[in-house]
Amino acid sequence: MRIGDKFAELKEKNEKALIAYACAGDPSAEATKEIVHALVKGGADIVELGMPFSDPVADGPTIQAASTRALEAGMNPDMYFEMAASIEENVPLVCMTYYNLIYKRGNEKFAKDCAEAGITGIIVPDLPAEEADELHVACKHNGVDLIFLITPVTTGKRMEKNLEKTSGFVYIVSRLGVTGERVDVAESTKNILARIDTEVPKAVGFGISNGQQAAEVIKAGADAVIVGSAFVNIIASGENVNERVEKLASELKISCR
Amino acid sequence: MKKSMYGKFGGQFVPEVLMPALTELEEAYERYKDDPEFLKELDFYMKEFAGRETPLYFAKNLSKKYGIKIYLKREDLVHGGAHKLNNTLGQALLAKYMGKKRLIAETGAGQHGTATAMAAANMGFESEVYMGAKDVIRQHMNVYRMELMGSKVNAVESGSKTLKDAINEALRDWVTNVEHTHYLIGSVVGPHPYPMIVRDFQSVIGKEVKEQIMEKEGRYPDSIVACAGGGSNAMGIFYPFIEDKEVKLFPVEAGGKELKTTEKEALHSASLCVGEEGILQGAHTLILQDKYGQILESSSVSAGLDYSGVGPELAHLADIGRITPCTVNDDEALEAFYELSRLEGIIPALESSHAIAYVMKMAKIGKLEELGDLVVINLSGRGDKDLEAVFKLKEEETKEACQ
Repeated sequence: MRIGDKFAELKEKNEKALIAYACAGDPSAEATKEIVHALVKGGADIVELGMPFSDPVADGPTIQAASTRALEAGMNPDMYFEMAASIEENVPLVCMTYYNLIYKRGNEKFAKDCAEAGITGIIVPDLPAEEADELHVACKHNGVDLIFLITPVTTGKRMEKNLEKTSGFVYIVSRLGVTGERVDVAESTKNILARIDTEVPKAVGFGISNGQQAAEVIKAGADAVIVGSAFVNIIASGENVNERVEKLASELKISCR
Repeated sequence: MKKSMYGKFGGQFVPEVLMPALTELEEAYERYKDDPEFLKELDFYMKEFAGRETPLYFAKNLSKKYGIKIYLKREDLVHGGAHKLNNTLGQALLAKYMGKKRLIAETGAGQHGTATAMAAANMGFESEVYMGAKDVIRQHMNVYRMELMGSKVNAVESGSKTLKDAINEALRDWVTNVEHTHYLIGSVVGPHPYPMIVRDFQSVIGKEVKEQIMEKEGRYPDSIVACAGGGSNAMGIFYPFIEDKEVKLFPVEAGGKELKTTEKEALHSASLCVGEEGILQGAHTLILQDKYGQILESSSVSAGLDYSGVGPELAHLADIGRITPCTVNDDEALEAFYELSRLEGIIPALESSHAIAYVMKMAKIGKLEELGDLVVINLSGRGDKDLEAVFKLKEEETKEACQ
């Protein structure tokens, strides 16, 4: 499913989107499939599936540890695409990974493998627009959205360029720093959303972990909330994972309605 | 070609949040690099604080043994015991002109961390250094030195617990504190403009060599040998000679135990010699990776060379054939460590021992004439920091021999 179609569907229902993240292969490929099912059952509209990389510089300790667990459990890009292809949930899947894994596979092949596995979006946190031309072309060619980021320090021409290049949605990093849970997200989200003028859906991430925060972000004008570390923490605990993941997703989704 | 590129290598593969900081840094560097006031102040620090210029020392005993003229560029005599201070003084001064209040740095052997702590203490910065937990143990004297000068040292427990992981952690700090913090990268690695800035500040080494060798020998050397991990001392001594095509340039990488790779790790740190193209820590360069592009842990007896990548400009110079990458292994480096100590009364850093070892290796295999009659070796640091590690290795060897 394409990301744009999902946002159109939600618009008709007058809903905002919940984008949920899980690291593929943490703790196993089979478990990830079940977790994705639980996320969607709970109300996730889009699922971001992390493809684990050895040196995830944009991630905080939570997702870094998840990547390490997944790699140690044997996850690799071949397995990743195989697993993604076997997911039957009717939501857009987005691949989040670092550029060396894409570069090594080849931009065109990577985008093609995504499309064939039913992945309709890619987020690459260490690939700024300046370096993204080849992947951009490959994504267009294969009908995959390449999602760019806007941060509190993205201004002027950079802002324009990133908004012009992004498709599917624009990933708004509400505050400086790496991924991970934070206490206060409302204020910084308001500030950054006030500066962004675009038709592309605005998804806010980094630091959102509960329904109240999600509600604040939506109230501040976001079209979607992205939640990662809060789910990864549940997965890391290994206790009643599917049940708790579904419960958190539904709690967050309520705030998006 | 984009100006962030070195041939086909380089670039700026960093999180969006860092892009404005890289632009700010590049603009500030362009503004100040030829500014008379900045240069005057930098010159003061280089002379009065770092102790430049460093001698180009004729190693008479080494020369006698190998039958060629060998000069050592004595970067081991720079304050702090290594060439690293050339760069930290330059960047710290730049950060001061930029109005930054805090310096962060990564360190492998601890030499760059120490040099950062020195510059920070002297110029009044708050400073924090990231160091792999494995290196904290290997090089704990440097940890004390940094702490003594007021730096906070963070042991990094992730990944291979070495330099690569320290850089990751420093990048994470920078992403969070980018507005008032300057990330003082210690080698010619990372996103542009770092490889250029570090190269320029280290080029003082090669510039001095040019004048000194003309004075002493009336000609340029036949070859220059320098160890290369990230490659800052190599770029520093090579760069002023790049256009002098008759001067051969040899970056010596850490061959570790052997030039082999297992599924999880490389038994060496020889990215220039056997690495592949890839993206690591902000740059397109030569790296050690597996078939999927996961970064492999590197290995070397020398913490300062233990790195899975190499500066993009070195990758470019190797690509166009201007430099000749080579390796020596752990044992050969250790042998050179002992030999220079005995022959010249100079204890070299294990990193620099690799450069010396290459000359010894070429002699041993009967290929010394490839280096010519007049060779300059960059003695990038002194070996006091390595004494404990070397003695431990010796003890282990003795134990094994007795068993």
